[in-house]
Amino acid sequence: MATKVGQEVSIALGDAVKLANADVIAAYPITPQTHIVEHLAELVANGELDAEYIPVESEHSAMSACLGSAAAGARTFTATAGQGLELMHEVLYVASSMRLPIVMAVANRALSAPLSVWGDHSDVMAVRDTGWIQIFTENGQEVIDNIICAFRIAEDHRVLFPVMVHLDGFHLSHMIEPMLMPDQAEVDRFLPPNNFPLPLDPSHPVTMGDFGPPVVYTEAKWAQEVAFRATKPVILECWNEYARLTGRKYAPMEYYRCEGTKVRLLTMGSFSETATIAVDRMKARGTDIGLIRLRLWRPFPFEEVRQAVENTDVLIVLDRALSSGGPGGPVCSEIKAALYGLDKKPKVVSFVGGMGGRDISPAGFEEIINKGMAIARQGSANEFEIFGVRE
Amino acid sequence: MTKKEGDLTWKDFEVGNIVAEPGSARQYRSGDWRSQRPTYEFSRCIKCGICQIFCPEGCIGQNDKGNFEADAQSPAPLYYCKGCGICARECPTRVITMVEEQE
Repeated sequence: MATKVGQEVSIALGDAVKLANADVIAAYPITPQTHIVEHLAELVANGELDAEYIPVESEHSAMSACLGSAAAGARTFTATAGQGLELMHEVLYVASSMRLPIVMAVANRALSAPLSVWGDHSDVMAVRDTGWIQIFTENGQEVIDNIICAFRIAEDHRVLFPVMVHLDGFHLSHMIEPMLMPDQAEVDRFLPPNNFPLPLDPSHPVTMGDFGPPVVYTEAKWAQEVAFRATKPVILECWNEYARLTGRKYAPMEYYRCEGTKVRLLTMGSFSETATIAVDRMKARGTDIGLIRLRLWRPFPFEEVRQAVENTDVLIVLDRALSSGGPGGPVCSEIKAALYGLDKKPKVVSFVGGMGGRDISPAGFEEIINKGMAIARQGSANEFEIFGVRE
Repeated sequence: MTKKEGDLTWKDFEVGNIVAEPGSARQYRSGDWRSQRPTYEFSRCIKCGICQIFCPEGCIGQNDKGNFEADAQSPAPLYYCKGCGICARECPTRVITMVEEQE
């Protein structure tokens, strides 16, 4: 039976990793991820979790140690944020290309400079194309549920890709929330033991991370891409199975009060929770508005995005990251790309806000929605709108 | 690998490009960009084997007459030779001369 707990989300996340019975944790502490790995270090030191905790000297080493441990067939977890994720960057590609089922929590953080330890999605967007499955979460319950699901997804032999679970730094990582924590028996039933197909084994030597000259590189990358795109049905299957056990269902795109709405707002992560308040208030005043939440960032859910805008006139997208010199919000540009081929598509308005820990209140979301609807009517010369900047 | 590299399709790769066959790196002819190759004047060869010891690629073996040369019963024949010229420099009796590869 699940237990209702009131817990800081980072601590609960660590407890979820314990329930998943991780074998190896290699991590370097960085704000706002620190409480996650501190708690895991404590669990290992106290003998509550039988795992190797490797206190590495940098995030580059953290991910490198994770490669080795996952290749040996150990259930492997790490966590990072912001600059730490950037320092891992080159190794992230190795993890996905070598098909190593590592699970990583990312307490999303802005990138320097100016130095910011606070939350936004700049770090996520910089690792968009690294070949990791990426899942956004909105509240503590979604974090622990998706951490448990992430191990099952990553280790499934039809997948064998690493998974990032994104939780907004501070806005989510440091909140104390009520959550239903599954018990060990439930998790054990849901999550089979890791059984990596070709682990490092001295009695059966193999070469991993071999080099790929021009004659094979294209074939190797295409094989990876085909396999990566084929993970989506397995991700859905895992979420459905989890729903059967717990009653909590996750999907690549989720809807909040969208029935019959012609205008929709799209958000990712914890800000979606605040946006629901704005949607409720505006609906009470008779405004035509619904909310769509993007959960699965990679592989990108093209089909679900197209379904999400059927019969709509306006889609307003809020990004918490800036594509410098580019189209504005990285998520919005992907949404536009997904919709470009449709004959009938809504007007898409891109907003960028909530950067570097800047809060957006329910009133702020109302302003975004109203302004977005006005732009959809009148047009704008801008590629995107920056929200909340002081003039 | 049972197929040659150039015949592999994307469906032929193991998960994660793992190479499960030991010793298959031997199939990769890493010397094909060599611009110089060693030539030998065996009348001066004292069969000391210094060239074999110094060759970074293990290209050099002993031929029927006991002279050391690349591509002679070698576990790694001349197609791993990068033309670095270390053998020519180290040979105490100047047996080895590096010459330009003719295409």
